[in-house]
Amino acid sequence: MSEFLQQLVNGVTWGSVYALIALGYTMVYGILRLINFAHGDIYMLGAFIGLYTSNWLRAGEAPSPAKAIAVLLTSMAACALIGMLIERLAYKPVRRSPRLSALITAIGVSLLLENGGALLFGADPKFFPQLIPSHNIALGMGVTLSNQQLIVLVVSVVLMTLLRLLVLHTRVGKAMQAVSHNHMAASLMGISVDRIITFTFMIGSALAAAAGVLVALQSPKIEPYMGIMPGLKAFVAAVLGGIGNIPGAVVGGLVMGVAEVLVTGYLSPTYRDAIAFVLLIVILLVRPAGIFGKAVTEKV
Amino acid sequence: MKLRSSLGPLAALALLGALAAGCSSGGGHAEIVIGEYGSLTGSDATFGQSTKMGVELALTELGQNQGGKIGGLPVRIVSEDDQGKPEEAANAVQKLLNQDQVVAVIGEVASSRSLAAAPICQQAGVPMVSPSSTNPKVTEVGDDIFRMCFIDPFQGTVMARFARTNLGLKKVAILKDIKSDYSVGLAQYFTDAFTKGGGTIVAEQAYTAGDQEFSAQLTAIKAHHPDAIFIPGYYTEVGLIGRKARELGIDVPLLGGDGWESEQLLAIGGDALNGSYYSNHFAVDNPDPRLQGFLARFKAKFGKEPDAIGGLAYDAANVIFGCMQKLAASDPAAFAGLSSTKAGTPERKAAEAKLRDLIAATSAYPGVTGVITLDSHRNATKPAVVLEIKGGKKVYNTTINP
Repeated sequence: MSEFLQQLVNGVTWGSVYALIALGYTMVYGILRLINFAHGDIYMLGAFIGLYTSNWLRAGEAPSPAKAIAVLLTSMAACALIGMLIERLAYKPVRRSPRLSALITAIGVSLLLENGGALLFGADPKFFPQLIPSHNIALGMGVTLSNQQLIVLVVSVVLMTLLRLLVLHTRVGKAMQAVSHNHMAASLMGISVDRIITFTFMIGSALAAAAGVLVALQSPKIEPYMGIMPGLKAFVAAVLGGIGNIPGAVVGGLVMGVAEVLVTGYLSPTYRDAIAFVLLIVILLVRPAGIFGKAVTEKV
Repeated sequence: MKLRSSLGPLAALALLGALAAGCSSGGGHAEIVIGEYGSLTGSDATFGQSTKMGVELALTELGQNQGGKIGGLPVRIVSEDDQGKPEEAANAVQKLLNQDQVVAVIGEVASSRSLAAAPICQQAGVPMVSPSSTNPKVTEVGDDIFRMCFIDPFQGTVMARFARTNLGLKKVAILKDIKSDYSVGLAQYFTDAFTKGGGTIVAEQAYTAGDQEFSAQLTAIKAHHPDAIFIPGYYTEVGLIGRKARELGIDVPLLGGDGWESEQLLAIGGDALNGSYYSNHFAVDNPDPRLQGFLARFKAKFGKEPDAIGGLAYDAANVIFGCMQKLAASDPAAFAGLSSTKAGTPERKAAEAKLRDLIAATSAYPGVTGVITLDSHRNATKPAVVLEIKGGKKVYNTTINP
């Protein structure tokens, strides 16, 4: 029993990282109907910017919570900026073209970031310094949680709550909802659709950067191609929860993390990557709109 | 318009001519070309980097001792990066054989990559010397494939014996890399020897290289309360696993093989690996003057201490140089076939076959990683050392003889 509970704790921690990445996918899809395949690579950039910031702050030699927060915020801010640039330079020019053009552009941006990263950072893995010395917290019943896992959970929950408040209770959030319903109608209501789209990209990229730093905190190996698999899985998580739906992305991410950990722990790690795509197939067969998605009937 | 259309083919012809001239002039310059391939990048990059440095040191010393020449011909080494991927290792060796037309190949460290490249060398009839691939299947590919190190049936026994006798452990769990020939093989040999010695394997879990998250496997292992965890993997994952294990409250020693040998191991694992043990090809605190001399020369050239991977590569290069020297002394006519001017000729084939026989006859060669004698399966029989990680340092613990 204690083993099972421990696995659940592991799964939820891992899943919260997927949830953070999935939020970016789902927000961009909700507003643009675009699957931003470069999103996983923003997660990678977040980890690398975190690495360089912490080296610059010498956070590995003299760790302190203030430095850790500074690293997280710098990385999020830098990636928000990168997200904005990508949107302006790559996606905006093709916004009026068929959706396929935008999708192919996204794949191109993804390859550019991966290989550009390999050129800039080097293809061999780098190791993230320990920003926070790890220690264990016993939860009882033989279950332990490391303080780093706890940080991942707390930061994820805080960011997701902030996002929810932003979307539901601010003017910008309401504008985002309006744009996701209908670009034309939103712009007729005086909403600057371009600005809202850019803003959405910035928020999504910042969340991916946070996920990158949080993962690097517990699993310090980072390399330019690290975003591919988590990016794909977070995309599946977003579809699982109902793409375009914000609570759905969180639930999808958690389901994915727990499923992966349980499969690895009780079956075999060779099924770890398979389970994500089995879940995708099952959800597409049983409930194509996702757990929280609303079925949309399209007029033909 | 007319002018351009008639000039096009002419220009192409001129270009072809230049290329052909380039080829023949390259062939006119007589030298001995040896190929080396390894993971200069990728998740086990220090393996390839150490190998390259070991080979470079051997070449530098050849330059100091004999002006960089064997039998009057200058020696050149061509290095290729395989990015730590088996398919790229095959490509790298294809390039070395077909484009650079090397007479011998040095590489790889990881058995999966040696296994991808070995059949290509075997088919081309070019000797391949793996400095440090320990999986037995590597040299079973054919009679052109050699190695400078012990093999995993021995290494697995060493760690099993050490765990059972020296540490007195009864229950060990295994965490192996399921996609690596090295890891799967070593886990099996360890299991056989450990259970034969009266111990039990209480859990067996797996991961794949490149994984970021090991908590699921370690939690499953923890439930079986093992006395130690045997992790026959490569250093990057071992470091990450070590950290995760301590976070999950697993305090037992971790055991491993020579895949742990890297300067990066402790940089990644940090304090988490203290109290762990692994088997290796040499210990830097061994007072043997041959080894100490090598360590000093390596440090003088590259500014850091070599690992055993670098030592084995140095030995591999020197064994090949030595065999070429023997061939130059005993049969100068055959030796001439190794020259780059003879690429693709029957003389080259004959010379490579003679070089192969000389490498196979390597006996009591005084290497820096120990005395190297190749057996009939082209494997070296050497003792293994067990290192303990103590206070962030690798400390010699014991030597186990075959």
